[in-house]
Amino acid sequence: MTDQMKTKQYVPGEHPDMPPPAGISGPVAWVKNNLLSSPLNVVLTVISLWALYKIVPGSLEWMFFDAAYTGKDRNECLAKAGGACWAFVGERFELFTYGFYPAEERWRVNLAFILLPIALIPILWDKCPFRKIGIWFAIAYPFIAGWLLLGGFGLESVPTDKFGGFMLTLVIGVTGITFSLPIGILLALGRMSNLPIIRMFSVCFIEFIRGVPLITLLFVASTMLSYFLPPGTSFDLLLRVLIMVTLFASAYMAEVIRGGLQAIPKGQTEAADSMGLKYWQSMRLIVLPQALKISIPGIVNTFIGLYKDSVLVIVIGLLDPLGIGRASVATTEWGGLSTEIYVFVAIFFFISCFAMSRYSLYLERKLETSHKR
Amino acid sequence: MNESVNTEAAVDSKLAVEIRQMHKWYGQFHVLKDINLDVTRGEKIVICGPSGSGKSTMIRCINRLEEHQQGDIIVDGVELTNDLKNIEAVRREVGMVFQHFNLFPHLTVLENCVLAPIWVRKTPRKEAEEIAMQYLERVKIPDQALKFPGQLSGGQQQRVAIARSLCMKPRIMLFDEPTSALDPEMIKEVLDVMIELASEGITMLCVTHEMGFAKTVADRVIFMDGGEVIEENKPDSFFDNPQHERTKLFLSQILDH
Repeated sequence: MTDQMKTKQYVPGEHPDMPPPAGISGPVAWVKNNLLSSPLNVVLTVISLWALYKIVPGSLEWMFFDAAYTGKDRNECLAKAGGACWAFVGERFELFTYGFYPAEERWRVNLAFILLPIALIPILWDKCPFRKIGIWFAIAYPFIAGWLLLGGFGLESVPTDKFGGFMLTLVIGVTGITFSLPIGILLALGRMSNLPIIRMFSVCFIEFIRGVPLITLLFVASTMLSYFLPPGTSFDLLLRVLIMVTLFASAYMAEVIRGGLQAIPKGQTEAADSMGLKYWQSMRLIVLPQALKISIPGIVNTFIGLYKDSVLVIVIGLLDPLGIGRASVATTEWGGLSTEIYVFVAIFFFISCFAMSRYSLYLERKLETSHKR
Repeated sequence: MNESVNTEAAVDSKLAVEIRQMHKWYGQFHVLKDINLDVTRGEKIVICGPSGSGKSTMIRCINRLEEHQQGDIIVDGVELTNDLKNIEAVRREVGMVFQHFNLFPHLTVLENCVLAPIWVRKTPRKEAEEIAMQYLERVKIPDQALKFPGQLSGGQQQRVAIARSLCMKPRIMLFDEPTSALDPEMIKEVLDVMIELASEGITMLCVTHEMGFAKTVADRVIFMDGGEVIEENKPDSFFDNPQHERTKLFLSQILDH
């Protein structure tokens, strides 16, 4: 009894908080826990380090240290350095960016490029000053950009077959992303509706579009539609592509959002109903904010998929960056330069997709309210 | 027990809720059988019974979270039919507190409270916030107004849920097992709020197993089993002198443990 009393340092109820014992935090502990915690982990760590050693220095050498950055054609590059030849980037930058957009009108594309972040920031950043005006601008942006790019109403009109390069990717990506989210939400709500006709329509639409490859839809857009439409109606090819890409992404979006909707407990709508909120109010204020939050990873996944799928327009003759790259490989100046060109296009896509992915993580953390105590 | 059933009852302004010969089925399953209930204004009613007896379903019919298939339910003079106008009118006047609180986790406590007044009653935001703060004070958590529901304890969440319902200034409050999901330490704080509310003259229908609460507050206790009202009486007679075997068994199980 007395021995026990001696081992107790504190009276019960007065035990202070103490620091943890040494060795459970700090860099050494981190390495021990994460890299060397078991024989298998030691082996994996060694293999990974060896692989990095084999891959990284060589790649850096090829990409940067032994690369040629200037030159008129591939032979000049080869004479200068043994690594990558980035000279084509400078030489063909305008083609990669604008496609065949007329040179004297390219300021319009530049302006649309510059306005894009101005439209995006108020949507993406909730503490942005003048956010209300900004959001109205964001809503107007697709129309402003459409006017700038297409022309008309005082600007010289530019036919869409002159569009190409990164500009074309952005046009398809931004349009698809802007419209597929609201259409997807409506389809998801339709699929969960109590009204049988609306539900049937949504199910048929989603299942049909998801059941057909995008390439097929694009072919339909480029060739078949002209058979169905009355003769003489001209229906812009790019517009058809935009519609098909948007519908395709909407079908996937609808299923992603339906997953989110199903995760919302029934009690949420019951509470909203019991207070007298109408269907659309309870969807807009209660259910969708929560469902969309849960669906962020899936939504961004669909966005990224759509954005990258835009390169498929190459099969119907639109010249996106990949198409321009392929055309460049076939020229006499840059013939045989395929690795560099494809790496360049890959870097462009990687940067945009990685940015979307990081933003979605930021958004998820910011909207997290349920578990922070 | 029930007086002669009058299906053509004129709207009696004294009655908050009238239920006449109401039946409900889930598919083939007959959940509610011939329910008849008159609740006068200001009356406090406690409904108890074993699980699956239909007591929650019954009070959920009163604000049409569940649809009944036969009979009439008239709430505050408005008959519940398929007419959305009537349903919305009833829901504006009837508040409900749920077993699992059903607070909106993406909104702060204050936003939870002002949502319905702003969107349903069209109260200006500032005024709605003042009213909300009054009710949050009454349930003794004004200092939590800017927190999210996930940051509160169960008892605090349920008190917010009560305040949220009260912000709509309902004439009738429905409580669907409000303390069943709470830790023992938190039951009292919620019951205290409900007892205080009862003293203010609001009509209350409360599904609960808290027999102490029933004894203190209820004007009438209703015992349900198998979808039927088995017995209803004043609390003293109900607890001291239950008439039916089923009621006696239920009370012995719930009180002797």
